[in-house]
Amino acid sequence: MHAIREALAAIRRAPLLTALSAAMVALALFVVGLFAVATYNLHEALSRVEERVEVVVYVRDDVMEAELQLLEEDLLEMEEVLGVRYLSKDDALAQAREDLPEFEELFMNLEVNPLPASVEVELRPGFRGPASVARVADRATIYPFVDDVRFGREWVDRLHLLRRMGGIATAVLGTAFGVVAALIIATAIRIALFARREEIYVMRLVGATHGFIRRPFLLEGALTGLLGGILAAVLTYVSHLAVSRLIFPLEWIPLEWMVAGIAAGGLFGLVASAFAIRRYLREV
Amino acid sequence: MIQLSQVSKEYPGRGKALDGVSFRLEKGEFAFLTGHSGSGKSTTLGLIHQADTPTSGEVVACGFSSKHTSHREVWKLRRRVSYIFQDFRLLPGRTALENVTFALEVTGTPRRELSSRGNRLLAQVGLAVKSGLQVHELSGGEQQRVSIARALANDPLALLADEPTGNLDERASRGIMELFRDLNARGMTVLMATHDLELVRAYPGIRVLELTEGRLVYDSRAPAVEGA
Repeated sequence: MHAIREALAAIRRAPLLTALSAAMVALALFVVGLFAVATYNLHEALSRVEERVEVVVYVRDDVMEAELQLLEEDLLEMEEVLGVRYLSKDDALAQAREDLPEFEELFMNLEVNPLPASVEVELRPGFRGPASVARVADRATIYPFVDDVRFGREWVDRLHLLRRMGGIATAVLGTAFGVVAALIIATAIRIALFARREEIYVMRLVGATHGFIRRPFLLEGALTGLLGGILAAVLTYVSHLAVSRLIFPLEWIPLEWMVAGIAAGGLFGLVASAFAIRRYLREV
Repeated sequence: MIQLSQVSKEYPGRGKALDGVSFRLEKGEFAFLTGHSGSGKSTTLGLIHQADTPTSGEVVACGFSSKHTSHREVWKLRRRVSYIFQDFRLLPGRTALENVTFALEVTGTPRRELSSRGNRLLAQVGLAVKSGLQVHELSGGEQQRVSIARALANDPLALLADEPTGNLDERASRGIMELFRDLNARGMTVLMATHDLELVRAYPGIRVLELTEGRLVYDSRAPAVEGA
């Protein structure tokens, strides 16, 4: 109770310092928030593109139905494969006509159907990366009646690289700005400690425990961090709304991300205060 | 109660502040620690209160050894051994009562008892009627009485006083001395650092420990100081 009372009293005693600290923390976490929004949208966009990743197995014209069935069953047994769909030569031509109406005349004049039959392999979510795709393609290739396997290797590789780069950039920048937020809180707590050095000195003099002295400052740091986190969440949401309405539509981050961001603000505040107090108590 | 065994304290670049000091204060004893400025009086008190650690030797106060008490455990010692400064070290912007109740609160006194216990302590030092005054409204002697009331908050076994009359006139000094004598008569061990030999001479029954350049050069009764 004393810790809560003292922490709130400290905030009341120096509202400007608390407000400035929270604002600075909010700005640092705001940058993290913007990156979170960007990463989430990139992630979603890549996921939508990835949904279209599939492996197409082209088979020879003389393939027998039993052989095709064997291939399909074999592929369906793989954990990466969600489903298979056989596309006969006629189906392929019909689809080409539908997809490429500008070549209708050309298709009409064909004496023989040049398009091969194929098996389209749909992949499970989470198995659309380069390694999974290559595994499925390799399995199909071992059948002698398979002419070719296509899955856009370069395209899949680039997609994967883009996703990894997005993740790394967010992790690095998130950590960097998280550290900035922690340093800001530590500095604010040092100022608060300095402002109350006489009180702390007397506390130590009369025999207050370290924990008793520390708790209000830990709480103050955590509250400042939480306040900064909430401010950052509001700023990020407003920016997201502005971009969505004025430039291009963006999706808002999941609630768990936002809660984690605010909690991270509180945690940074707590840890930063703990370090600042630890050093200070050794000095007085 | 308080024992120093071959205690030395050396500060880098400043040489030895204390050099092989040994003495023992029994429970309920009163002693003056005399010497010129820089002789090591404050260093001795600081080492007993474990504000610092000796370079060599051992200090034991109320069972807490400088060799075995960690930084985190010092509070236990400080609830048994109180400390009073020349400059009072009161919290500005607070009343006499608030200064005392602050010490009570931070050492765990329940809130409902703060006011009554604080007033009782102030009454003990003769300041009951001034408990509501801000500390800057009090005289030097009264401020020192507030700091003594604060020092008594934990009901300590020993009191260390570092030039407690240094900023006070003669009358106020006598008043503080009488207060210490009264506390000592009730069984509290008192070690008071002072360079005021007039004050020391005024209390011939009190033991004197004299420091010169960090060495204990005299340990006797007050009249012997004249010959020191």
